[in-house]
Amino acid sequence: MNAARSKTSDFLLAVEGLTVSFDGFKAVDDLSFYLDPKEIRVIIGPNGAGKTTVLDLICGKTKATSGSIKFAGKELTRLKEHQIVHSGVGRKFQTPSVFEDLTVFENLELSFPRGHSVGGALAFKRDPEVIEAVEEVAATIFLTDALNEPAASLSHGQKQWLEIGMLLIQKPDLLMLDEPVAGMSVAERKKTAELLKVITKDHTVLVIEHDMQFVGDIADRVTVMHQGKVLSEGSIEHVKSDPKVIEVYLGH
Amino acid sequence: MKSSSPMKWFTSREGLYYLALAGLLVVILPLALDPFRLNMVGKYLTYAFVAIGLVMCWGKAGILSLGQGVFFGLGGYCMAMFLKLEASTPEATAIQSTPGIPDFMDWNQLTELPWFWEPFHSFSFTLLAVIGVPMLLAFIIGLAMFTRRVGGVYFAIITQAIAAILTILIIGQQGYTGGVNGITDLQTLMGWDIRSDAAKTTLYFVCVGMLFLCLFVARFVQNRKLGRILVAMNAQENRVRFSGYDVAAFKIFVFCLAAAFAGIGGALFTLVVGFMSPSFIGIVASIEMVIFCALGGRLSILGAVYGALLVNAAKSGFSESFPELWPFAMGALFIGVVLAFPNGLAGLYQSYVMPLEERLFKRKPKIEAEPAAEPEATPEARKPAVAATEARDYDPMIEHYSPEKS
Repeated sequence: MNAARSKTSDFLLAVEGLTVSFDGFKAVDDLSFYLDPKEIRVIIGPNGAGKTTVLDLICGKTKATSGSIKFAGKELTRLKEHQIVHSGVGRKFQTPSVFEDLTVFENLELSFPRGHSVGGALAFKRDPEVIEAVEEVAATIFLTDALNEPAASLSHGQKQWLEIGMLLIQKPDLLMLDEPVAGMSVAERKKTAELLKVITKDHTVLVIEHDMQFVGDIADRVTVMHQGKVLSEGSIEHVKSDPKVIEVYLGH
Repeated sequence: MKSSSPMKWFTSREGLYYLALAGLLVVILPLALDPFRLNMVGKYLTYAFVAIGLVMCWGKAGILSLGQGVFFGLGGYCMAMFLKLEASTPEATAIQSTPGIPDFMDWNQLTELPWFWEPFHSFSFTLLAVIGVPMLLAFIIGLAMFTRRVGGVYFAIITQAIAAILTILIIGQQGYTGGVNGITDLQTLMGWDIRSDAAKTTLYFVCVGMLFLCLFVARFVQNRKLGRILVAMNAQENRVRFSGYDVAAFKIFVFCLAAAFAGIGGALFTLVVGFMSPSFIGIVASIEMVIFCALGGRLSILGAVYGALLVNAAKSGFSESFPELWPFAMGALFIGVVLAFPNGLAGLYQSYVMPLEERLFKRKPKIEAEPAAEPEATPEARKPAVAATEARDYDPMIEHYSPEKS
């Protein structure tokens, strides 16, 4: 962007000139945006705008064709997925992906940031520190009573929370959530908004969401994507009144 | 698993299942069978090692290897090379044009021992190689495949191709490997004649001992966090990856573990059977190994042992009476397992026998002395025997896992 913004060191996340092409189709095209520490940014945009691909690129699931992703001064495009996780980026997928065969406790325990090597996983002990961390997160995600239930028995909304919990226990600096309230009931949606408010006290959060009500509730700033590019960026009021956004996304 | 003290564990339900298997293998079968039949059970047991490895690799982690025969064979060949060198003393081979080298080398006009045979003069090297060579190959395959995210069907096909390649290589390099005949005429292990009935009985017990060692190693792994990661990886590989684990490293680990088990099994096979040949390690043999595991229950390490015993017993029984029918029976068995009871005997046991057992347990806690089943029964008697044998097929871990494995 402009000269004042290119001091990437002030930002927690600086995405610059990011491009990825799948067989010539540019899903993300020369995209740049910047996240301040503790900011809540929501990405909105029509289907196929490349929102999920951006998260895939940041967490390493997809490799960028060109461009850079700097996170806390580290270049992420060259790291492997698990290294990106260890540098403090947590990613929640659109469909809840929890380990259905394991209990809620075991799900959270697996994500606890210790014993991630093969040897470490063999030597890993369920000590008070782990139990305390699991219980603390379980309380945050409203699943204290379900700790010993298999994750398969949870409702859709509870699975979404569990996955968020699995990110929280990693203690990431940046949380990326892909449509966290999709498919949730109104009550669950409300609780999730509460949950996000708690989370955002000490995390930077990047959310993809369609529900404009929900976006307005949580966002500090909104980035609107269209055809792999940034269409508009700013406060929710700003983007809502932007004619380009109304044209391609919000409708008249 | 809260096995605070070993004694407590043995009286726990899981412990009783292990004790029951031990009772069957250590007491009942040796008493009931003559040395010839017992030796055959010993042979079946060597396949159980492979099956345990497959439970870890395929059942838990979802990595289907159709080439476990390769590792079985490598372990077996390592042991056979040692035994062959011991049998090929210059005195014993004095009539050869080059005395002191294995007979098949002499027939193939080799005049000196190939370099890679040299270290197999040492028994300690051989023991190391039995585990090390299969693990090394598994490591290389794993590194090449898993870091490139090759998985599922593609991985299965590649392992099968490797099984074919190894077989062709062994058959083609007759002078170095004994070719299609394999390495035969093995006589003594450090001066101890392995062909006598007494030796065969001893070897049977060695097999049983090693089997339990491997069972405990597998049990240890599956009960640690690593075991849960394997299961998690099977269902949600990406979630494991984005929870900060290097998925490839865990796959390589479990593949190497399975290879090590198979190698131990192969080495014992050579000792028990007295020779090693390519027919035991090729594609067909490798697929049979998967069937042992599938029939026993691919999520249960104890089930795998019963699977290996029962399928092999059935194979012997069938082959003795209707040799040409066995391949069809085997195929039918596999289809039956896949369609009717995907979790094998252990799964059947869990859903049908365990509720029954639960009721019995409540009434009197010491019900374990159930009538023992005998896998060596006649074919007609075998079907009921299945039901009784599987009465010990339970593995507590399976309780936590749903059957939805690919």
